[in-house]
Amino acid sequence: MGRTIQFEVHHITRVEGHGNIVVDVNEGVVERCEWQVPEAPRFFEAMVRDRHYTEVARITSRICGICSIGHTLASVKATEAALGIEVTPQTLALRTLLKHAENFDSHVLHVCVLVAPDLLGAPSVFALVPTHAEIVARALRLKRLAHEWGSMIGGRTTHPTTVVPGGFTKLPTVTELTAMRDKMLAAIPDLEATLDTIVALAPALPDFSRPTEYMAVSSDHEYGLYDGYVQTILPDGDRARYEVADYRSCTNEYVSPSSTAKFAKNRLDSYAAGALARFNVNHGLLRPEAKAAAERLGIRAICTNPFMNSVAQVVEIVHSFFEGLRLLDGLIEDGVREEPLVKPVRFGTGASAVEVPRGILFHEYSYDTNGMCMKADCIIPTGQNHANIQLDLEALLPWLLEQDKSSDEIRLAFEMLVRAYDPCISCSTH
Amino acid sequence: MTKPRVAFFDFASCEGCQIEFTNHGDAVILELLNHLDIVEFREAMTETTNEPIDIAFIEGSFTRESDRVRLQAIRSRAKTVIAYGACAVTGGINALKNHQDDFAEEVYGEAAYMPHLRSGTARPISAAIKVDHEVRGCPVSKEELLLVISNLLHGTTYAVPTFPVCAQCKRRETVCRYEEGDHCMGQVARAGCGAPCPADGIPCEACRGFVDDANLGALEKVLVERAGFSQRRAVAKSRMFTANLRS
Repeated sequence: MGRTIQFEVHHITRVEGHGNIVVDVNEGVVERCEWQVPEAPRFFEAMVRDRHYTEVARITSRICGICSIGHTLASVKATEAALGIEVTPQTLALRTLLKHAENFDSHVLHVCVLVAPDLLGAPSVFALVPTHAEIVARALRLKRLAHEWGSMIGGRTTHPTTVVPGGFTKLPTVTELTAMRDKMLAAIPDLEATLDTIVALAPALPDFSRPTEYMAVSSDHEYGLYDGYVQTILPDGDRARYEVADYRSCTNEYVSPSSTAKFAKNRLDSYAAGALARFNVNHGLLRPEAKAAAERLGIRAICTNPFMNSVAQVVEIVHSFFEGLRLLDGLIEDGVREEPLVKPVRFGTGASAVEVPRGILFHEYSYDTNGMCMKADCIIPTGQNHANIQLDLEALLPWLLEQDKSSDEIRLAFEMLVRAYDPCISCSTH
Repeated sequence: MTKPRVAFFDFASCEGCQIEFTNHGDAVILELLNHLDIVEFREAMTETTNEPIDIAFIEGSFTRESDRVRLQAIRSRAKTVIAYGACAVTGGINALKNHQDDFAEEVYGEAAYMPHLRSGTARPISAAIKVDHEVRGCPVSKEELLLVISNLLHGTTYAVPTFPVCAQCKRRETVCRYEEGDHCMGQVARAGCGAPCPADGIPCEACRGFVDDANLGALEKVLVERAGFSQRRAVAKSRMFTANLRS
């Protein structure tokens, strides 16, 4: 006779937003294994209607406090596509640099502050202050560095000010860029020490596997982030490509009775977005430093262990750091020129796809001839991951039961699985 | 002296104001931990407490009746409640939907009738419980947050400025947005942020709410006459982060 295990995680901790897990195993038979999203919806797509194109991004930025740079960039990009605006190479370089700052920032927070306590047997980062002071201090130093890096370009990192359709309202000076480069170079020991820490801790992650489809922005010239097309890969290596304007054909959103956030699916019953998806789709275009980090961390494409998303984030921390330095060098060498904002040439519909820390983010807007928004659509990475989290939990439960894990161990593994996705739940509901 | 027991809670919001706290970096956060005992902070820690709390920071708007119970439970445990960020203080950007009647259908389509998707008016948390102090802004000013905490630790009260953002622009010699051919709401917006937005080349949108007795009729008039807005757009603009403060 099998075991009976029941638990409910009400408002899972160390994630953004509100999610619940319900497990009910009756004499070895799984009766319930559910990922629930009770987050309060805020109705952003309705709220931006009848708003001028210049203020839409400042509203949709508020979808997410952690990835507000990504939302702002996705929003202005979609608006620019709708308005026929083509930004300058300088704007493109600065936005890409800003995007790297955000991914670095968010990944440091997730891996070092939210995930590390699980691997060190602590309930939170605060509990690590007396026992692992240097790990905490280093994480907070890198977090602060990322905040300064992003603020230098975006004005601030939570709801950036300077990023608007057509370009930037304020530009960093070469002096500021140079000072930032020096700060980053001085932070290399912190970066290396953080990598060493995670290399040592990563083997503690469960060796679980559930193959799924992985979706990411892809580009022929760089590890997809700010610009490109949509690409997915199945565990057998089969790839499919979609144009950004056709994003609905690969996201297929639907409403789930267990969630206020919409779910998504493509070629299978679910797909994954995020660092692991990007790594699986685009690993060949990682910088050499990041490839070396992946080697040390023991992650290889195609990796089908969802717990390894946190490890893929570490690979991306290294990638964004060195790619950021390269972009800084280019801007310092070229100099920064004042440029007027590029003006709209038409008013219509436009879509964008940008890689934010938790995965591929789509925005789409339609504007009337006065530049007022008529219709909006935002498809959030965590929303795209919800169905995949549900199916992962359904596969994880029998795997853990077979190993005779205790109820507490199962509960912790479930929480760690959800946490590995670094979910941004209020963002997914928006 | 025992350290005050501090907790963070969140409701309908982006949780960005909690992120602003983490942006202080190692020196400030580690020093703060010498003076505060953080006992509950769901976004950052698994530990919780059933013991009384000295200071509860609450982020987010009150949008569902089910949230009232949670808010009341926090209030009953907390000596001091601080509304943390625009969503909690005024309802913030979430209140834009209060002026629409089709928001649920627009977002969820035919599924909008499903009970778990129901949402009411987005209100400040003061609509459900008594609030002792406020940290305004979207996002909050992390420097002002330190002032609020510092005052509490010293047994004094931080006074939220009552003058408009215009005064802070003048002080830092920022050229007026209207002189740049833009619009702005800084004339009636409550200061305390240091006026970063006009300095970065974008209008003030009154994320901290209005000054007392703000002349909102005049705000609309200025938006129409100096920025060239239609009356409809001027009214919509005046509601940006302040939809609950406008009819």
